[in-house]
Amino acid sequence: MACDPANTISISSLLKVKGWREIPIGGIIIDAGNSEEYQTGGWRSFRPIWDESKCNNCKVCWIYCPDGSIRVRDGVVAGIDLNYCKGCGICAKECPQGAIEMVEEYKAEEKVRQ
Amino acid sequence: MTLQKVKGTPVALEGDRAVAEAMRQMNPDVVAAYPITPQTEIVMRFSDFVASGEVETEFIPVESEHASMSACIGACAAGGRVQTASAGAGIALMWEVLWVASGSRLPIVMHVVNRSLSAPLNIHCDHSDSMGMRDAGWIQLYDEDVQEVYDNAIQVVRIAEHPDVLLPALHALDGFILGHSVERLELLPDEAVQEFIGTYTSAYPLLDVDHPVTYGPMDLQDYFFEHKRQQAEAMVHALDVVAQVGDEYGQLTGRYHGLIEGYRLEDADYVTVALGSTVGTAKTAVDQMRDEGIKVGLLKVRCFRPFPATAVARALGDKKAIAVLDRSLSFGAQVNPLCLEVIAALSTHGFAPKLVNYVYGLGGRDTVPAQICDIYQELIRIDSDGITGPILRYVAVRD
Repeated sequence: MACDPANTISISSLLKVKGWREIPIGGIIIDAGNSEEYQTGGWRSFRPIWDESKCNNCKVCWIYCPDGSIRVRDGVVAGIDLNYCKGCGICAKECPQGAIEMVEEYKAEEKVRQ
Repeated sequence: MTLQKVKGTPVALEGDRAVAEAMRQMNPDVVAAYPITPQTEIVMRFSDFVASGEVETEFIPVESEHASMSACIGACAAGGRVQTASAGAGIALMWEVLWVASGSRLPIVMHVVNRSLSAPLNIHCDHSDSMGMRDAGWIQLYDEDVQEVYDNAIQVVRIAEHPDVLLPALHALDGFILGHSVERLELLPDEAVQEFIGTYTSAYPLLDVDHPVTYGPMDLQDYFFEHKRQQAEAMVHALDVVAQVGDEYGQLTGRYHGLIEGYRLEDADYVTVALGSTVGTAKTAVDQMRDEGIKVGLLKVRCFRPFPATAVARALGDKKAIAVLDRSLSFGAQVNPLCLEVIAALSTHGFAPKLVNYVYGLGGRDTVPAQICDIYQELIRIDSDGITGPILRYVAVRD
């Protein structure tokens, strides 16, 4: 029943997207800094799991992260922003404490619960 | 806007020099161009104007046509009024970036001097180059004579930059036939040209650091299609703008240019359809046959992109037999670019006259009135026999 409208998922129902009359012409981006609105976390196939008990706040992960997905609050590592982390694994590789583990995305939810 | 008619100055110029004169009068912010036969004289003359200080244009002598269009794209995104000129293989080398210009909605103007595409190597006129870019999102006007070369060179600027359009635009003059032939034409005073084209203010200039913008970002499944839909709509708007600018230019000069032009067409039974300099040749053929009492006529298509389908269908729907003349060959197609559009226009408006497609003049092969008279005779035969025969035919190819 692939043709039953009830079974069809349109792309616009998945994303909050605008019509062609509502967007600037030519793909021109007129509001600087709006890349924040484009959440790239969905690209990830491996998720970094941060173990706060092993972390010594050296912030090597923050230095190496190519995206800026390591959250730091008041000078202290506060976790990973999964809305933007693409799962490259550089933080896990560079962490001197072994406090970050890369886990396959589909297993990650389970790992977090443990 | 109603304009006061201005007295022109009669001169004798080749088509290429007429373009260079128009460019001098328009004084664009940036010209990036690479010389190529038969366009060379445009770039040569214009660089003289730059060297002698007659224009304030920043002239970029680039290393290739890919570079010339790329420089035009950058300069136009920066907010400038930008022009270039090319031909044949030069346009082929630009192909990738032609789409960047239109997709980024940059109103760049290109003066195209039509030249065939290699191989075998040929520097003479056919429309393979501009027809080869007919899907690239550029507005396309075709020039009949050197006066229209000059007139269209000025009008395309207004058309491209219109806020409802914002698309790159070209006008095409037949290489050598118009580009290197001296004809009498009238030039407008410099001030009249400058007043007609006005100033260009980009809505999103890249150099406005207080309002930073990004050109050419990644645009994937979720928005690319919407941006293409906008381009399609801009082409629809361009139909009105081409007509409107033609009307204003007519008030200024007395020379009115529309989307199409009929020549002894209204009561004609047998009609040819053409664009470019062959329109002039066909007018001579029409006059000769009209002198013999045969009701023939001609439809000139001045604006090929966007294609004025409704106007063409209305002009041709009631004719007994039609021959569409194409100066390019789309190998393996049933008919060639102009004919394809004419058939589609007739068909979608409910007309089905007898129609054939003639390919002519490839590689600069001369096309003379006698050949077009032969085409009219064939249309008369088709009408009387009721048998169309093969739709695709060739003019003056030796067996």
